[in-house]
Amino acid sequence: MSQLTVSLYRYNPESDQKPRMQEFQLDLPEGKDLMVLDVLALLKEQDTSITYRRSCREGVCGSDGMNISGKNGLACITSLSQVVKNNKLVLRPLPGLPVIRDLVVDMSLFYKQYERIQPYLINNSPVPSIERLQSPEDRAKLDGLYECILCACCSTSCPSFWWNPEKFVGPAGLLQAWRFLADSRDQATEERLAKLDDPFSVFRCRGIMNCVNVCPKGLNPTKAIGHIRSMLLKQAT
Amino acid sequence: MANINKLTYDAVIIGGGGSGLRAALQLAQSGLKTAVISKVFPTRSHTVSAQGGITCAIASADPNDDWRWHMYDTVKGSDYIGDQDAIEYMCSVGPQAVFELEHMGLPFSRTENGRIYQRPFGGQSKDYGKGGQAARTCAAADRTGHALLHTLYQANIKAGTEFLNEWYAVDLVTNAAGDVRGVVAICIEDGEVHYVDAKATVLATGGAGRIYASTTNALINTGDGIGMAMRAGIPVQDMEMWQFHPTGIYGAGTLVTEGCRGEGGYLINKDGERFMERYAPNAKDLAGRDVVARAMILELLEGRGGGPEGDHVFLKLDHLGEEVLHSRLPGICELSKTFAHVDPVKEPIPVVPTCHYMMGGLPTNIGGQVLSRDAAGKDKVINGLYACGEAACVSVHGANRLGGNSLLDLVVFGRAAGLQIEQSMKEGFSTDLAVESDIERAMSRLQRLESSNSGESVAQVRKDLQNCMQLHFGVFREGKSMQEGLAKLKVVAERAANVHLPDKTKAFNTARIEALELDNLLEVAMATAVSAEQRTESRGAHARDDFQERDDANWLCHTLYFKGEPGVHRRDVNMQPKTVPSFEPKIRTY
Ligand SMILES: Cc1cc2nc3c(=O)[nH]c(=O)nc-3n(C[C@H](O)[C@H](O)[C@H](O)COP(=O)(O)OP(=O)(O)OC[C@H]3O[C@@H](n4cnc5c(N)ncnc54)[C@H](O)[C@@H]3O)c2cc1C
Ligand code: SF4
Ligand code: SF4
Ligand code: FES
Repeated sequence: MSQLTVSLYRYNPESDQKPRMQEFQLDLPEGKDLMVLDVLALLKEQDTSITYRRSCREGVCGSDGMNISGKNGLACITSLSQVVKNNKLVLRPLPGLPVIRDLVVDMSLFYKQYERIQPYLINNSPVPSIERLQSPEDRAKLDGLYECILCACCSTSCPSFWWNPEKFVGPAGLLQAWRFLADSRDQATEERLAKLDDPFSVFRCRGIMNCVNVCPKGLNPTKAIGHIRSMLLKQAT
Repeated sequence: MANINKLTYDAVIIGGGGSGLRAALQLAQSGLKTAVISKVFPTRSHTVSAQGGITCAIASADPNDDWRWHMYDTVKGSDYIGDQDAIEYMCSVGPQAVFELEHMGLPFSRTENGRIYQRPFGGQSKDYGKGGQAARTCAAADRTGHALLHTLYQANIKAGTEFLNEWYAVDLVTNAAGDVRGVVAICIEDGEVHYVDAKATVLATGGAGRIYASTTNALINTGDGIGMAMRAGIPVQDMEMWQFHPTGIYGAGTLVTEGCRGEGGYLINKDGERFMERYAPNAKDLAGRDVVARAMILELLEGRGGGPEGDHVFLKLDHLGEEVLHSRLPGICELSKTFAHVDPVKEPIPVVPTCHYMMGGLPTNIGGQVLSRDAAGKDKVINGLYACGEAACVSVHGANRLGGNSLLDLVVFGRAAGLQIEQSMKEGFSTDLAVESDIERAMSRLQRLESSNSGESVAQVRKDLQNCMQLHFGVFREGKSMQEGLAKLKVVAERAANVHLPDKTKAFNTARIEALELDNLLEVAMATAVSAEQRTESRGAHARDDFQERDDANWLCHTLYFKGEPGVHRRDVNMQPKTVPSFEPKIRTY
């Protein structure tokens, strides 16, 4: 059996003046590479006040984005062997968003930026009696875009989003903006671009690529932003 | 005490999964004042995990496909206790519901001619079982649930639906007449309790796989809607019918879709033998899920399992080639690497049958109205209460659900419930307002927890409940063992009634939520245990060692269970579809 030290960000608005780090010691079962979420569940058995979100426990619902030993990721699919150094694990909430309690952040701004890009298909032509047709090639353009699980790991690792969360859409929102711009069935290209055409919404991206480095689904918001950027620039000329 | 904030709507939908969001969309478009309550942000609902697809005769893979063939398969798959009028409705309305999803933007995979891609799934046939394997499951790679749930959420944003996200519904509020009049709910973020009043309340709370120790289900699948209804005196139907999915990843419980076998993968035992050829010579690995799961357990019992404990078999996929695996099953490759440490391109995935789906639930009619029974044993509508999705039992799945039929059930009956409510409201449907004591009754569980000052931990009681269900109510069942299980459950129930909530702070108190969920797990487990012990036959997913045959003379019926009763009532199966002749029970072979 090996010992793990977990340093956990604690904050309860009802009892804490300010956040603090609390250390826990945990005996780990031999021969099993636990996920970070398993560790949290074990700690919660000891101290039920420890608070975090979780649902699917398999990396598809996006509930448990958090900062794991310095890097944003999903607790449920991050194994200890990937992140534990010197028998120590450090867990903090996603940076840059207000903390509600412990590892739970207020995602309102993140969702607001998502809603702002009109995350739905716009096609006002009469619907056919069957599906709208789309070639496999056109459909392939959506791969790497539609799989986003809205975990906010990317946007909360993006310095431009930290400084301008109200005005810069952020990598997650922009990835979805591109998902609809790239869809052969969508007819609102101009309207979509018009809403993004200001110095902040898209152009605050500095190409720092933090977003790409942390996305647990292996998606590439920077590339999507590049596509939107060139569409905007092309439109301007 | 009932001096709490009150919110008023025409309709409130509890659940932001596929079925709840589909119902919400219908209601938002109808102009009724509607809210969706969800304990998680909607796209974090369990529907997001669905992988393989949505089964429907849209005639893409086969231009001659016919919804009646889909109906035949579904009736047969249900082992003849699926209601044929409901199955007829689902299979015939299905194509429209699927096309609507596509029109909303769902990124389905495509065929060369631009139509929706369909893959073969278990239990699918052409020409009423005579024309060989069909390919009827519409897919967005192996992320169909994700694509479906996000698309429905997006459509609801577009329609302006009101959401109460991260709100937890505690209990239904019923008036003196027994009509349902909304729900008491907690806003999780600040811990405030609200009374959400509505003329129509829809339970779209999903499944309860967490009653078992090993399950493919999300941690939030605790059967809250079932628990709430049972405490309000409403019966549940066919709760003995739990589907064990053949391919849960060994050790982790996470699912690998049946689509893997649809794409050509197959199961092997430790000797590398494709054993399903012996159990289902025609359909082989694509026989009904109940059939495959039992075959796997028999292989293990006969010593042909793999690993040091001989406790799992393998799903072989490498022969499909890297390209197919990466384009058609990308999510599976990811999951397998993460949870089994195996790359399916190179090695087979270790798998075991794992609790997956609750065929039972709240009995409803096609319009989603929840049914109870009157003194004469006839169906009786519960005014103001509707259910759809996995929480409901309409019943299209009977004793065994076919793969891909749940997602179809969600959108078809979510939509139908919305339409029914719209219609009722137009006709002036209304019930009496709840009075203070009605609301207080719905708050009693909260009050007990607030005043608890000693007792056991939720986690410990929950663990014992899950182990009990796993041991006594698994793939194979037997009378004596089930009676032991029932006795244990009664002890668990007493313990659950006395659990202690040490932390009583308000803000985002997930310990309080878990304590409330425990009661619901318990209601579901009890209903399952009693119904399973009572049904003295083997049918579909309910396989008994002591009653190995199907017994149509006594059990070609639904079971209805009311909380606290020692036994079950029988309810007739509907055998009268409206536009096609009924399918008579036959011996089920694959
Ligand atoms: C891993 C996996 C893969 C699957 N793949 C397929 C597939 O390929 N094809 C198929 O047809 N089926 C599949 N299924 C089955 C299918 O996904 C589910 O049956 C279906 O998604 C259930 O949807 P639902 O709308 O009923 O509920 P859910 O999606 O489970 O949603 C329930 C909702 O209720 C809310 N809720 C619950 N309790 C409360 C409460 N107390 N207060 C407030 N809100 C509450 C939750 O927040 C959630 O929003 C799969 C299932 C699993 C486990
Ligand atoms: S590339 Fe752009 S969006 Fe991504 S982290 Fe950097 S600044 Fe943010
Ligand atoms: S792009 Fe990736 S990191 Fe960002 S929200 Fe989506 S899934 Fe999460
Ligand atoms: S719990 Fe769903 S992504 Fe981790």
